[in-house]
Amino acid sequence: MSQLWSSSGPRLTGFLCVLLVVSAHASRDAGDPHHQNSSTTHRKAFPVLSFNYDHVKTPFEISLWILLALLMKLGFHIIPRVSSIVLESCLLIVVGLLIGGIIKAIKQTAPVLDSKLFFLYLLPPIILDAGYFLPIRPFTENMGTILVFAVVGTLWNAAFIGGMMYGVCQIEGAQLGHVDLLSCLLFGAIISAVDPVAVLAVFEEIHINELLYILVFGESLLNDAVTVVLYHLFEEFSHAGIVTVGDAFLGVVCFFVVSLGGVMVGTIYGILGAFTSRFTSHTRVIEPLFVFLYSYMAYLSAEVFHLSGIMSLIACGVTMRPYVEANISHKSYTTIKYFLKMWSSVSETLIFIFLGVSTVAGPHAWNWTFVIFTVILCLVSRVLGVMGLTYIINKFRIVKLTKKDQFIVAYGGLRGAIAFSLGFLLTNNEMKNMFLTAIITVIFFTVFVQGMTIRPLVELLAVKKKEESKTSINEEIHTQFLDHLLTGIEDICGHYGHHHWKDKYDAYVKRWLIVGERSTEPQLISFYNKMEMKQAMMLVESGSAAKLPTLMSAATLQNIQQKGVPSRRAIPSISKSREEEIRKILRANLQKTRQKLYSYRRHDLVMDPFEDNVSEIRFRRQRAEMEKRMSHYLTVPANRQETPSVRKVCFEPENKVYTYDDSESPRGRAAQPSPRLPDAISLLSKSPQRPNQTSALRAKGSTELRAKAPDEQEEQDQVKLSRCFSDPGPNEEEEEDGSFLS
Amino acid sequence: MGASQTHSAYKYQDLMTKTGFSLEQIKNLHYRFRQLSENNETLSRENLENIKDLADNPIKKQIVEAFFDKRNQHQNEMGSFEEIGFEQFVMVMSHFRPPTPKMTEEEKLAMRKDKLHFLFNMHDSDNDGKITLEEYRKVVEELLSMSGDIEKDTARGIADAAMLEVASTNVPNMGPDDYYEGITFEHFEQMFKEVEMESRMHVRFLDVDTRTIHS
Repeated sequence: MSQLWSSSGPRLTGFLCVLLVVSAHASRDAGDPHHQNSSTTHRKAFPVLSFNYDHVKTPFEISLWILLALLMKLGFHIIPRVSSIVLESCLLIVVGLLIGGIIKAIKQTAPVLDSKLFFLYLLPPIILDAGYFLPIRPFTENMGTILVFAVVGTLWNAAFIGGMMYGVCQIEGAQLGHVDLLSCLLFGAIISAVDPVAVLAVFEEIHINELLYILVFGESLLNDAVTVVLYHLFEEFSHAGIVTVGDAFLGVVCFFVVSLGGVMVGTIYGILGAFTSRFTSHTRVIEPLFVFLYSYMAYLSAEVFHLSGIMSLIACGVTMRPYVEANISHKSYTTIKYFLKMWSSVSETLIFIFLGVSTVAGPHAWNWTFVIFTVILCLVSRVLGVMGLTYIINKFRIVKLTKKDQFIVAYGGLRGAIAFSLGFLLTNNEMKNMFLTAIITVIFFTVFVQGMTIRPLVELLAVKKKEESKTSINEEIHTQFLDHLLTGIEDICGHYGHHHWKDKYDAYVKRWLIVGERSTEPQLISFYNKMEMKQAMMLVESGSAAKLPTLMSAATLQNIQQKGVPSRRAIPSISKSREEEIRKILRANLQKTRQKLYSYRRHDLVMDPFEDNVSEIRFRRQRAEMEKRMSHYLTVPANRQETPSVRKVCFEPENKVYTYDDSESPRGRAAQPSPRLPDAISLLSKSPQRPNQTSALRAKGSTELRAKAPDEQEEQDQVKLSRCFSDPGPNEEEEEDGSFLS
Repeated sequence: MGASQTHSAYKYQDLMTKTGFSLEQIKNLHYRFRQLSENNETLSRENLENIKDLADNPIKKQIVEAFFDKRNQHQNEMGSFEEIGFEQFVMVMSHFRPPTPKMTEEEKLAMRKDKLHFLFNMHDSDNDGKITLEEYRKVVEELLSMSGDIEKDTARGIADAAMLEVASTNVPNMGPDDYYEGITFEHFEQMFKEVEMESRMHVRFLDVDTRTIHS
């Protein structure tokens, strides 16, 4: 089967290439027959079938390109061995080269990676995806280091490369005498920046530990401001020809304006977006659009003023995210995540393919000296820069960067399409081609050589990989406890450290930007509920009786509770906000918890088992087992009242669509107290039209059940619970489907 | 005046060696101590509880109590003070020092253990060497006390689940009749083995004189 696929993959691709070429041809000739027809005077038959390609030319070609790119991507993953050895981005560039070659061979004009196309359409989705899912805690903890690398590191790179290249250009016999200092500096500025697209593409596949990832990636994002300023600075100067001290000073001022201005613009749009999301509870369908549009506007607005668009986009995403996520429905969250991943995936693929095509197509001016020295100098300056800066930074860091870390940071400084596009924007033609050639060579070198070898090197050096962190309830409790403790100590000490400000910020801002009661919902409770869900999910997966209530496991609460103190628990009454929260969390299945932790990795998204239809079958099978176990567990010992065993705790199949309105709630029914039953249960028995909610509550009841101590009184409650489970009449049976795993 | 100055200088030296703070840091802390205690020699619980910024802190009581806890004085005593002097104040604060770059691995581990002991003592209020279920429940309740009206049972549920987790990780094969007394210090340490406590649990102590910054 796989052989069939792997042979049809390239064939299909070949077919598409041909189709593309034919369409390119056809677009040239399409116009003529029509003209001829309309100019004749005598009557002809009504055209049943006519060919009018011009009409749809542009969208047709765009769609064809995108389709081609995605089929390529698909093809690589189907062929099993290739994707584990070669990086996807490398393969895409190679494909681009091939296509470029074909197009050139038939003497067509190939679409080139136009800067406008790149900066306005291809780059923003990738950056938004990265910024929205940026892991905030490590980012802010290492902010100082990241900034130093981004700003000082890039400046150093630009200066070093620019200066040394000028020196190289002075060498006799290299025919480079016409390159002046400013052009060299401009070239240095373009090539010095680490590229986020390339870094993302490579680092995603190597699963490196979070610290290193955030250092390199954060640097690649934040150095945009420096790049923008340097680029414009040197471009202006190279036209003017002379640099004065005043100009240099203005350049420094410009840097601050560009970076801080960009961040400010992004934050404003982020707050607007967060504020808007507060009111979207009645129009859930358009929620994702707000996120996308506000972010895109932030990017474009920043670009209008020549501020750093990337920083603006990141600031917008980071600002917006916590509030938007508290306000929007789970479906919208999923939509946002999927769309962002999708767009960024497509963008990245297209960028790499176009890089390949542009390489073949573009006018080149190959100069051995220039190119080779560029490559060498890039490497050298990167290594020197990282080592020097780390030496200084380690004096201020508590967790030091080891030599291995430094090596990875240096080696991971990849250049990519941003450098190419900036080069493309150059207006001075005589050196532009030479620069472009050098830039492309550097990009190829970093992506192919560094990108492909980084994975074995990471293995070789035994660099710490990303840990699969299973946060436990205890960790969560103690993290929060520690936060409060440190804030308290800071207050006692009398100086306002960052814990204090964070606390204040949280207290005031959240009130404005998060809908109603959710702003007071303590993190711990929602975390706890997620944990419960997680345990429940693990139950379903494992399906073995031994592990049944993992919360209980071998040590039941009986053992823990102090002997001789059988506390009578008050029956819990679920408040309205709790119900909403419960419903929200339960409908948000475990995917949400897990993926929130690792959402910045695109590949994890693909691999998640819960979204795979195959697992549905597994679920069904295990569901039956689970029901059996649950009924066994919930059945009471002999000295109780009559107890029919639990009939069903049903699980809804994965892909069933609910026409469920989030704003509904079983509020009306919540108020019905029952003298002996927990309120949760009373709701269960009367719920004809709202299956989802009942089951949600039922699930909550059952999980709460497991967490409680089965002492004397509670076992009795359990009996009642089990009775209720089986009680519902025939018309409720169909609707009993629980959204245990929605 | 001169005599008391040398006397306090001598005391400072002593404190410096005991706690590891620098002279500047101790002076600043002393200034703050005098502010809080309204220029008395000793600090009482009310002085600390009256700090405005602490009002919003859910675990205010535990934090204040920690200052008066004799166990945090490194002198193997139990019980609590009614009032504390400057020395005790600084001793408690010293638990929050960050690790210095020159520390060896053993020193770092010792510091980590020290900080964990501090945390442990905060939870173990009856001082029997373990955190029982009741104590843990209390901790979680306090933690959630400031966040709207949380039903008591939710807090209990969380505490129970947490306790169960510790029990099952540390005593994997408990029979149905075994009795898990409570979280001992070793189990507590185990919970934090991934977290580098010596770096996480610290506050920046200023070397700079902050007298002019705020009252």
